[in-house]
Amino acid sequence: MTTPLDHIRNFSIVAHIDHGKSTLADRLIQLTGGLQEREMKEQVLDSMDIERERGITIKAQTVHLTYVADNGETYQLNLIDTPGHVDFAYEVNRSLAACEGSLLVVDASQGVEAQTLANVYQAIENNHEIVPVLNKIDLPAAEPERIKAQIEEVIGIDASEAVPISAKTGLGIKDVLEAIVHRLPPPKGDIDGPLKAMLVDSWYDTYLGVVVLVRIIDGVLKKGQSVRMMGTNARYDVERIGIFTPKMIDTTELGPGEIGFITASIKEVADTRVGDTITDEKRPTAKALEGFRPAQPVVFCGLFPVDAADFEDLRAAMGKLRLNDASFSFEMETSAALGFGFRCGFLGLLHLEIIQERLEREFNLDLIATAPSVVYQIVMNDGSEIDLHNPADMPDVVKIAEIREPWIRATILTPDEYLGSILKLCQDRRGIQVDLSYIGSRAMVQYDLPLNEVVFDFYDRLKSVSKGYASFDYAITDYREGDLVKMSVLVNAEPVDALSMLVHRSQADRRGRAMCEKLKELIPQHLFKIPIQAAIGAKVIARETISALRKDVTAKCYGGDATRKRKLLDKQKEGKKRMRQFGRVEIPQEAFIAALKMDD
Amino acid sequence: MTEAARLPETGTAFGIYLHWPFCAAKCPYCDFNSHVRHQPVDQARYARAFVRELEHFAARTPGREVSSIFLGGGTPSLMEPETVGTLLDTVARLWTVSPDAEITLEANPTSVEADRFRGYRAAGVNRVSLGVQSLHDHDLKRLGRLHDAATARRAIGLAREIFPRLSFDLIYTRPDQTLAGWATELEEAIGMAADHLSLYQLTIEEGTPFHALHAAGKLVVPDEDLAADFYSLTQEITAKHGLPAYEISNHAAPGAESRHNMTYWRYNDYVGSGPGAHGRITERKVKHATIAERNPEAWLAAVEADGHGTIADDVLGRDEVADEMLLMGLRLREGISVSRYHALSGRSFDPDRFEYLVRDGLVERVGNDRVRVTSAGWLVLNAVIAELAT
Ligand SMILES: Nc1nc2c(ncn2[C@@H]2O[C@H](COP(=O)(O)OP(=O)(O)OP(=O)(O)O)[C@@H](O)[C@H]2O)c(=O)[nH]1
Ligand SMILES: C[S@@+](CC[C@H](N)C(=O)[O-])C[C@H]1O[C@@H](n2cnc3c(N)ncnc32)[C@H](O)[C@@H]1O
Ligand code: SF4
Ligand SMILES: [Mg+2]
Repeated sequence: MTTPLDHIRNFSIVAHIDHGKSTLADRLIQLTGGLQEREMKEQVLDSMDIERERGITIKAQTVHLTYVADNGETYQLNLIDTPGHVDFAYEVNRSLAACEGSLLVVDASQGVEAQTLANVYQAIENNHEIVPVLNKIDLPAAEPERIKAQIEEVIGIDASEAVPISAKTGLGIKDVLEAIVHRLPPPKGDIDGPLKAMLVDSWYDTYLGVVVLVRIIDGVLKKGQSVRMMGTNARYDVERIGIFTPKMIDTTELGPGEIGFITASIKEVADTRVGDTITDEKRPTAKALEGFRPAQPVVFCGLFPVDAADFEDLRAAMGKLRLNDASFSFEMETSAALGFGFRCGFLGLLHLEIIQERLEREFNLDLIATAPSVVYQIVMNDGSEIDLHNPADMPDVVKIAEIREPWIRATILTPDEYLGSILKLCQDRRGIQVDLSYIGSRAMVQYDLPLNEVVFDFYDRLKSVSKGYASFDYAITDYREGDLVKMSVLVNAEPVDALSMLVHRSQADRRGRAMCEKLKELIPQHLFKIPIQAAIGAKVIARETISALRKDVTAKCYGGDATRKRKLLDKQKEGKKRMRQFGRVEIPQEAFIAALKMDD
Repeated sequence: MTEAARLPETGTAFGIYLHWPFCAAKCPYCDFNSHVRHQPVDQARYARAFVRELEHFAARTPGREVSSIFLGGGTPSLMEPETVGTLLDTVARLWTVSPDAEITLEANPTSVEADRFRGYRAAGVNRVSLGVQSLHDHDLKRLGRLHDAATARRAIGLAREIFPRLSFDLIYTRPDQTLAGWATELEEAIGMAADHLSLYQLTIEEGTPFHALHAAGKLVVPDEDLAADFYSLTQEITAKHGLPAYEISNHAAPGAESRHNMTYWRYNDYVGSGPGAHGRITERKVKHATIAERNPEAWLAAVEADGHGTIADDVLGRDEVADEMLLMGLRLREGISVSRYHALSGRSFDPDRFEYLVRDGLVERVGNDRVRVTSAGWLVLNAVIAELAT
């Protein structure tokens, strides 16, 4: 039996990173009895190793709760816990599309942050009813009243009935459940209409293959039903159907307003399109849902195996990861410097870091990552356009009419005292200030920035100049023409393709100098002296020299020293293995990424 | 591990190293296996243990002729001449000792020890190596030595009278040392020397008091560049006086090289007996690396229980043999034989890397089978070997 619409509530939990979404989800699961006490652990929905280690949510998770409210009625609550980090904004977006309401969690000691804004605006755009929740009121620094006022002032929503809670101690959780029932609207839908369901998410399960998360809009989805995905036009028979409590529980059908999963012998996640409309094969719905824009990779970098022999393993590993994460792309790349590898696209730097770490850990690979780059649009003299994912592939400059780069709109919230350094940072990164306002003693500033200036270490720099207090969110806005040049790096007179990058002409000298200095630190002394140069075309814009090793010898070596010396030599050889050979120069792997971390 | 190296017959040199692990005081720069004991050491008991351990090794090296014996330490000159006699007699009983065998004892130049020189000579020692370290009292104090320069001079004089062969050690690139000061000191040392000298640049060894001081910035020694200059100056002065380096830190008139130490560098076999001693012995064409228990009392107990104090006995693979051969052999002026290297290890040098090293003047070919590292190359030997070994 399906649940009547007025006894269903669907909601997302949205918040800035670390404000306690997953912990609140724990409490809601616990209080409604979704899991037994012994099955509980902290942030139980963060099930990937990497989520648990880093204490962050990467993948949105859905849970079906059964709640007996104070009015004696039993409700079906479908909760979606979302990630807070900007790289995974698309996860939030599709979660919102599956719900009618949101719990906006705000840390009562920190207040509104950049992702609070970004996420709540998205919820508003999705016509959500929003219940503000003030979390962490157990903390001595919590100021629920002040934060309420802040929410009203900055976001412009009514916070007078915000629910004060501590997700940690469990205080106020019952109030949250009652607010969900009474303040969030039930879903709408027509149980007798032709089947119309939204494909919210899909992932790969080792045992079940592809699992699809669906939200039923109209009609009933049943086990064994023949369905069609309207976007991809693929036909499937529903094999299993069910819900997450968060345990996977099989049912026989899902009715309007309900959220659950199906499996249908789908081979790859790539065969499914998030946002697609699922309908009945024989009695299709007249109109498909609008769908979402697919998540586009915005940051690219090369990933190469340290040991060239691991190339095929790397390919297999990437294929496996992609089964589960269609937002990550890869295609083969050859580098004169690094050999065979892959050019990979990511949603952002955290995403890049996570994929790299998973490849290394789960597949036991040692990888070299090259400098992250954005996607440039190159307009050629003949009018044709090229998307440039890799600076090494830049066409001959004389054939180029124009280079365009992606720009973002960044929102930064910061305590007043760090504003000066933050403005300087944005200014140095070619930013254009759009807005500056105050929320009490916190400044909120908006900047338009070239993504190119942000991908590498902007976030690190921001954290360091604000002692960790500034928060940051961004969205790509448009492409703009830029005076961009390709800077190449020569080590011992040999160009190292993996170190070349596109930079704005006004930044070239500074970046070139910083790069040469950094490489001088990172490349060990050799038996000969090594010139390091940064150049634009044939023009050298910066240079450094690593002097030759002067003395490296052991004074005493007798019969008793052979073993020790041999072990030292083994270590030296190990060290050499982790270097890349360029002509006669050995460059440590870390150099490829570290060389770009500027300390300006 | 790689397959065990199959060794072709290598020269006949075969040495016995005996480690005496006790010292009167621990020098602050020293990381040797040396221990200070406040109770008198029961030398007779240790001698019996050495006898047992030598019997064990003799059984593993049947038919070999001993070409050198080295009593090292620690401070072997703390041994009573009778103890030395027992050890040397035991070697002679267990192996054939070549009539011209070199028998060296390492001695500290204090007066007490000098008094025993005649006894050592009578026991069969024919060469001493004296730990002089410096000819300046101030420096000797800083090095924590128990002798002064005058005593060292007397010990050298006495040793020259008593022993057919003599060498002594100096340590340079000491704290506050200048090039000019070293030049004078070295010239004076050469004046007193016979036909062999060991000249070591001070190494700041991990775990020593000097290391802690150095790390704390309280002990300043010449930096790499200056140390390189010290080295070149040393080469110049010694060469001028007919004592060129035949190994990185060892100088001799032609023919006066230490035969025992040459055994190590030429990668021939040696037995290592005593606490912490290392050995390399070939059994059934396979090279073994032996290591003995370092702690003297634990070694003693082990030998008394099992007849030997060996705690590790590893068969060396081809790569390990190759590496050791480079590490040892390229320290020698004579270099290594390429054909022997190839035969032992199955490895040959990477032609590109090799040619670059030759072009940069760090390595040179001698005749059609030998390769050696030049004086310039010696200064950066660790890096040169890392290039050649990969
Ligand atoms: N003191 C206190 N700490 C809390 C409370 N709620 C959550 N935390 C802590 O805040 C940290 C972040 O909590 P999470 O639940 O992982 O936050 P999140 O919003 O899910 O984070 P992301 O998924 O990474 O965006 C954890 O260390 C929690 O233990 C609370 O009510 N009081
Ligand atoms: C095996 S030691 C022992 C010899 C004897 N016990 C002595 O100290 O005179 C041999 C020589 O190594 C040298 N030596 C010891 N430690 C050193 C160090 N840290 N740096 C350079 N040479 C060192 C000294 O010249 C010493 O004479
Ligand atoms: S006397 Fe020699 S072996 Fe003993 S502590 Fe000093 S340097 Fe080391
Ligand atoms: Mg979370």
